Amino acid sequence: MSEVLRAEGLTRILPGAVPVTLVRDISLSIDHGEFVMIMGPSGSGKSSLLYLLGLLDAPTAGKVWLDGRDTSAFGEDELAELRLASLGFVFQFHFLLAEFSVLDNVLLPMHRLGSLPEEGRHARARQLLADLGLADQIHRRPDQLSGGQRQRVAIARAMANDPLVIMADEPTGNLDTASSRNVRDILSDFARNRGKTVLAVTHDPDFAQAGDRLIRLVDGRIASDGDTGTPDAAGMQLPTPPP
Amino acid sequence: MRPGGFRLGLAIAATHLASRRRQTVMSLLGVMLGVAFFLAVSALMRGSERDFIERLINSQPHVMVSDEFRLPPLQPARQLHPRAAVALSNVKPSSEVRGIRGYKQKMELIAAMPGVRVAPVLSGQVILTFAGKDHGVLMNGVVPKLMSGVSDIEDKIVAGSLEALDANPNGIIIGEALIGKLGVKMGGNVTISSPGGQIRTMKIVGLFSTGATAIDEGQAYVLLKRAQAILNRPDRANRLIMQLDDPYRAREIAAEIEQRIAYRTQSWQETSENITAVLVIRNIIMYSVVSAILVVASFGIYNVISTVVMEKRRDIAILKAIGFHTDDVRRIFLFEGMAIGAMGSVVGVGFGLVLMLILGRVEITLPGTTTLVNLPLYWGFDQMVLAAAFAILSAAGAAYFPARRAAMLQPVDILRGQT
Repeated sequence: MSEVLRAEGLTRILPGAVPVTLVRDISLSIDHGEFVMIMGPSGSGKSSLLYLLGLLDAPTAGKVWLDGRDTSAFGEDELAELRLASLGFVFQFHFLLAEFSVLDNVLLPMHRLGSLPEEGRHARARQLLADLGLADQIHRRPDQLSGGQRQRVAIARAMANDPLVIMADEPTGNLDTASSRNVRDILSDFARNRGKTVLAVTHDPDFAQAGDRLIRLVDGRIASDGDTGTPDAAGMQLPTPPP
Repeated sequence: MRPGGFRLGLAIAATHLASRRRQTVMSLLGVMLGVAFFLAVSALMRGSERDFIERLINSQPHVMVSDEFRLPPLQPARQLHPRAAVALSNVKPSSEVRGIRGYKQKMELIAAMPGVRVAPVLSGQVILTFAGKDHGVLMNGVVPKLMSGVSDIEDKIVAGSLEALDANPNGIIIGEALIGKLGVKMGGNVTISSPGGQIRTMKIVGLFSTGATAIDEGQAYVLLKRAQAILNRPDRANRLIMQLDDPYRAREIAAEIEQRIAYRTQSWQETSENITAVLVIRNIIMYSVVSAILVVASFGIYNVISTVVMEKRRDIAILKAIGFHTDDVRRIFLFEGMAIGAMGSVVGVGFGLVLMLILGRVEITLPGTTTLVNLPLYWGFDQMVLAAAFAILSAAGAAYFPARRAAMLQPVDILRGQT
């Protein structure tokens, strides 16, 4: 498989009176169609790594290549354009625009990119929502949906521009067990059946099991990187949190 | 912004405003009142200015040629040696009769200009005497037929007529106020004495009343030829007064005439320069005051947009995360400000027109008169455009700072706080 995402020597230090190192010297490579999980204790730099790989944050040192393009010299608008066309984001909180309908929320990135004609955008948005079991909710507002439904709308929005990589930051963090399982299956389906690369940060070991590969972070560094099936990758050797 | 982006920005802006309906309506009301008062005050001030200028124009000649030169004529010796150092001493002034030389030819030249009517006047101070009472007046020698084309004196005549001077070469028209002062009656005789010693008995053939005491008590009209005889200035006029079809061309016409005949030629604008300068200052003060209303209204807009930006930080973060540019975000909030400005302007212009209609119906009695007059109003479209443009610009200005703040938000800062 070819590489879609690569990071070399990624370091992110938050400046301040006492500088805080979020991510320290991380290098990794992710291939097309991989379903990669990032796990680690709180404060280990999981989300920070995702933001760096998702071009939402600029590294203090190191570089990120997306689909072979070195992004280190890109300006803010070029990065935004790259995120729009190549990346899809799902966060723990759905971040849907409250005043817009479900359909309009999914249409938002497509309208901004403008690569499809108007009818094409509507057809694609409806199809995505139908695939996620939301065909009869398209005219509702986010506040009229359950937590699981909102997260599925957020996934549909992330998929709107047919991105290369879907980046999910604790996508099941706010969901009940049934909804979590549902979201896990959807992301798994995108990776396995639709050839999408999925990169997800999670605390949930069950959710982590859905991935092909698991990267464990400790104190901003990669502690392990391997298949989800290996004991090391599953976190069995990780230090246990203090009682 | 991409093709769909502009509409998308508008749609997001509209949704933000609709979601904060009460604050939006309050901001709209602020702009509406600002625009309406701007318009009403501007209409009153410009209306009164126009009324004043109209009165100013009608009360004096549009252009006047006088018997003097802007620069004293050069001595022949200086004309002959323009580059030489010429010293002259003991120069004896010529004792030529004062007045415009060859005024008839000059009048013909002026009358040939399109849209210009001209009449000669010879004015000079004389003393009117009746029953032992003396009163100094400015005697104006006129040609009645030509005078009616350049002055509204005919409209001010309350007894007799200007043409009566033609019928009676020894006739005189004086102000109604002077009748009481001298104790003379219409049709009575008064004696005129000129500084040169000429004395004539004149018959009062007309009375005029302009309402201005200085004119009614201080001026009189006789035939030009009679004035030339009384003032001992044969074949002279000391003023050529003109009325134009378009009074606002007076300055250029005056310049052209002066260039052609050399005598000092003044437009009404030049003679009233001090007054028009005062009007300019008055306008600056007026526009500053009414603009302040809109500036205050724009603070309301600033407040609303700032609040929206604060409330929509998460939305801004996700928009930027999914690929909206900094400019896209800035534009959304600028749209919001400009939409409030534009809508407030439209409603404000409508309300302003209603205010103007009400003001236009107000009747007042001017001091010293018994006539009821309506407040003078200017109904020009330009002031509506000015009010709306200023409101929209103020609104855009007020929205700019919160919009810039929104555009500068880094999504990762907000995402870190949320997750």
